[in-house]
Amino acid sequence: MSHKFIISRRQLLKTTAAGAALGIASSTFAVGRAAAADLTVGFVYVGPRDDYGYNQAHAEGAAVVKALAGVTVVEEENVPETVDVTKTMESMINLDGATLLFPTSFGYFNPFMLDTAAKFGDIQFRHCGGLWTDKNPTNTGSYFGYIGMGQYLNGIAAGHASKSKKIGFVAAKPIPQVLLNINSFLLGARSVDPEITCQVIFTGEWSLAVKEAEATNALIDQGADVITCHVDSPKVVVQTAAGRGAHVCGYHANQSPLAPEMYLTGAEWNWGKVYTDFVTAMKEGKPLPNFVRGGLKDGFVKMSPLGPAVSDKARAQFEATHAEIMKGGFSVIKGPLKDNKGNVIASAGQSYAEDAIELESMDYLVEGVVGATS
Amino acid sequence: MTVEATDAQASIPGDKGGPALVEWIARRSEGIVIPLAAILVGLAAFSVFVAFLGKSPFDLFGLMVKGGFGSWFSIQNTLARAAPLLLAALCVALPARLGLVVIGGEGAIVLGGVAAAAAAAIALPAVGILPPAFLWVAMALAGMVAGGMWIGLVGFLRHYRAVNETISSLLMAYIGIALMNNFVEGPLRDPSSLNKPSTAPLPADHMIGNIPGMDVHWGLVAGIVACVLSWVLMEKTRWGFAARIAGGNVRAAQIQGLAVGPLILAFTALAGAFAGLAGMIEVAAVQGSANASLAAGYGYTGILVAFLARHNPLAIIPVAFLLGGIEASGGLIQRRLELPDATVLVLQGMLFIIILFSETYYGRFRIFNPDLWKRRA
Amino acid sequence: MAATEIGLWGVPLAILAGAIRVSTPFIFVSLGEAITERSGRINLGLEGTLVFGAMIAYAIAYLTGSPWLGVLAAMASGAVFGLFHGWICKFPKVNDIAIGIAMMQFGLGMAFFFGKAFIQPVAPHLPAIGFGWWSSVPQVRAALDVNVLFLVGIALAIALYWAFRNTRIGLVIRVVGDSSDAARAMGLNPDAVRLLATAAGGALAAAGGAYLSLYYPGSWTEGISSGQGLMAVALVIFARWNPLGCLAAAILFGGAGALGPALQSVGVTGGYYLFYAAPYVLTLVIMIVTSSPGRAVAGAPGELSITR
Repeated sequence: MSHKFIISRRQLLKTTAAGAALGIASSTFAVGRAAAADLTVGFVYVGPRDDYGYNQAHAEGAAVVKALAGVTVVEEENVPETVDVTKTMESMINLDGATLLFPTSFGYFNPFMLDTAAKFGDIQFRHCGGLWTDKNPTNTGSYFGYIGMGQYLNGIAAGHASKSKKIGFVAAKPIPQVLLNINSFLLGARSVDPEITCQVIFTGEWSLAVKEAEATNALIDQGADVITCHVDSPKVVVQTAAGRGAHVCGYHANQSPLAPEMYLTGAEWNWGKVYTDFVTAMKEGKPLPNFVRGGLKDGFVKMSPLGPAVSDKARAQFEATHAEIMKGGFSVIKGPLKDNKGNVIASAGQSYAEDAIELESMDYLVEGVVGATS
Repeated sequence: MTVEATDAQASIPGDKGGPALVEWIARRSEGIVIPLAAILVGLAAFSVFVAFLGKSPFDLFGLMVKGGFGSWFSIQNTLARAAPLLLAALCVALPARLGLVVIGGEGAIVLGGVAAAAAAAIALPAVGILPPAFLWVAMALAGMVAGGMWIGLVGFLRHYRAVNETISSLLMAYIGIALMNNFVEGPLRDPSSLNKPSTAPLPADHMIGNIPGMDVHWGLVAGIVACVLSWVLMEKTRWGFAARIAGGNVRAAQIQGLAVGPLILAFTALAGAFAGLAGMIEVAAVQGSANASLAAGYGYTGILVAFLARHNPLAIIPVAFLLGGIEASGGLIQRRLELPDATVLVLQGMLFIIILFSETYYGRFRIFNPDLWKRRA
Repeated sequence: MAATEIGLWGVPLAILAGAIRVSTPFIFVSLGEAITERSGRINLGLEGTLVFGAMIAYAIAYLTGSPWLGVLAAMASGAVFGLFHGWICKFPKVNDIAIGIAMMQFGLGMAFFFGKAFIQPVAPHLPAIGFGWWSSVPQVRAALDVNVLFLVGIALAIALYWAFRNTRIGLVIRVVGDSSDAARAMGLNPDAVRLLATAAGGALAAAGGAYLSLYYPGSWTEGISSGQGLMAVALVIFARWNPLGCLAAAILFGGAGALGPALQSVGVTGGYYLFYAAPYVLTLVIMIVTSSPGRAVAGAPGELSITR
């Protein structure tokens, strides 16, 4: 009997416009909101919505979408990368009538989002950070931003601010997205002074306050005087570094209120623009793109306003490079370049633009980074 | 079949007729009525909290029913979330019968998952020839051996070195998670697992599938079977009987000639094997590989489930469903009432404190105790 | 900031600094739990109390501008949690371990629920005393910036050690913890003593939480505690209910926890997860080495459910 129920519901989905059918289904118990909207969008976060970092950046994007007319946003936070996320997505589809879902954590992609998408062919799924290929279901896709460019600009500000010629990076795990940020940060600093080195410490977890603070202290003890990070919630790193008298560059969101004097700049997400694009296309009935990437030029990524500790010289180079990146075609990873074990990454004349797909499987730290990938 | 009056506790309704049946029902209903009443009181307390926040408790409970139990989809949602808790709770409940408080099941779960993934990597080449079931058996064995050794070591240290099992199992949970991360990001890492370090994934057709007609994997059945078997072991075998004696008083058990050491080893190892099996199922039915998401906290939630079930393996089943239902409806509460996810934690806390408190009322009500009826007559 | 190369000296320095910076919450929670357990009760829920204390301390410090008021508010809230645990556990058949675990959920839930509004603001920090004035090396000076609560924790450990042996209150707690019947025979009310002991334990645990949010790492986020409260409860058993042992265990744990980041900062990069597990491995090894079957329950309060 139960089996029959599933089949009949699937047939229903096939024959009727999915959104309308589910809208009716859910309006019988809706608390008054879901029924009125003609598009319901679901956001799933892996951590708390207001973490001053990764999840907050997405929630701020969701808030932009929420303000659009005729759109209902449903959100769920602290959803682990287990069967929970599958059930959360299904619940948003079945009970809230969501037809566009944004599972925002990397670990949601495979198998959870892909499996769910295969079951719900009429629902659109767009995932943050995954590497969508044409082997994946066509109702899925991935989006991400070239935030490495932001870390390159962070590096320029850091390079000018550093007196010890040592800068530090608190990182969660040695994965491509993090390695690209570390490398970009150092290369930005080296564009100011090629003698600069960057020490990296991996904490092993995306969110672990005390260890992040210890890592920050250890970096500063070893002489680093500008710190940035790639963890889910940079609040602790920013406050600890500033408390020790080191300058900081932010990440994910704008952390300048935490340390107004020591904050140089920061690489921020601008997901509001990305989500608005998807939602608008969906409302206009246009097909959604499957593989979306963009950088500073495309408005996916933005920089925090420069802080008071940024010198005029630094500001000039920062703004010139920023303008260069906005023109397009700028490469951070370009030859001659070796990794920190001496292997050649790029020979003279060879360069990888920000959209080079090779960068999404980065497995090295460039020369000048003190640390190891495993 | 005649049963002595003093043995009425164990009697079943049979040819004794009406009064015996009433007595049987009275005795049995205590364990159902009291927790249900406690749940109602807990929900009432929570509605006060919700009303203070300016939200309607009726909306809230409507959403809870809808999200947790109100439709076939919601029931499956509940069952899927309950599945891993069954085995995780057994890892606490079995040693508890011996008087041991083991709170580190999480370590056995993650190591069971890693061992299963490693076994899969070794066994996979042979699978072209043999059916997938061969792979699952190999993975399950590896997971259970790893988990069994991990918690068995806790039991060993407890009995032969007098190391407190609560602290050693907690320490070993942290060590187990560190080992798991080390393997997953080091020697067992699949180079193509880019931004989420994982072991090599199982092929899609070698995953443990769903129960026919349901959107819930076979791990649910494994958990229920394990609970039933554990209950039989505890209540119907002499090992279970010996364990309960040893749990009551070690010295008395030793005087009676019970081999307490092997008993502790066997029960902790079995408990760990169940947790290891939970890890294997996470790999083979959910994740497809071992990765950091194995440390999802099931081991810790399992502690709560086991204590709420008063370490009765059969009672673990409804308690796990209750918890699964709360978690399943928690999402809907967040979304519709725009309350933070912590609301569900508050609800769980309130509900469980009151359920645990209600244990004080066992044996206090005359209506559940036919012996008192007679004394009065 | 004058740059000074300290190289490999960074490792012992980090361990020292870590012992001072990281150990304080462990000291407070384990001392609080030692009082509770000495009275014959176990409160596994101190993780929830710690996190709630961290939230309340941060919120009050932000709202009033005084971090010390934050600490006081945290202690008051912790005492309320403790009183509730103590009251509910006096009823027959109520399991104190289980109630503790449920209280942990409740405390975490309340902290996260009411803490949402305080993630964004910046609260004033607790002050530190610079004991490194004699050194010209900035790293040493930073390492020897000692928070007042750390010093209070040391003093408290010594005072409790003394009080358990030499004061009437200490004697009363110990008698109640060892045997309810003996205590009643002496005219004591075990439930009342345990109620107060649990309240004291909760207040101290919440003070440990205040240290987390108001000094180190010094901010309020939902990930502020990574199980420090639960671990500290376990450390009490490790320390055999001796306040000085709690202090030593907490300092050992804090110092060992600094090992991982410090080793990476001097270039030891392989297997960092295993270095991060150092505090747990070290504690386990010490326990195995120092335990022996004959000394099973040495120092354990007779009424304690977890060691019976």
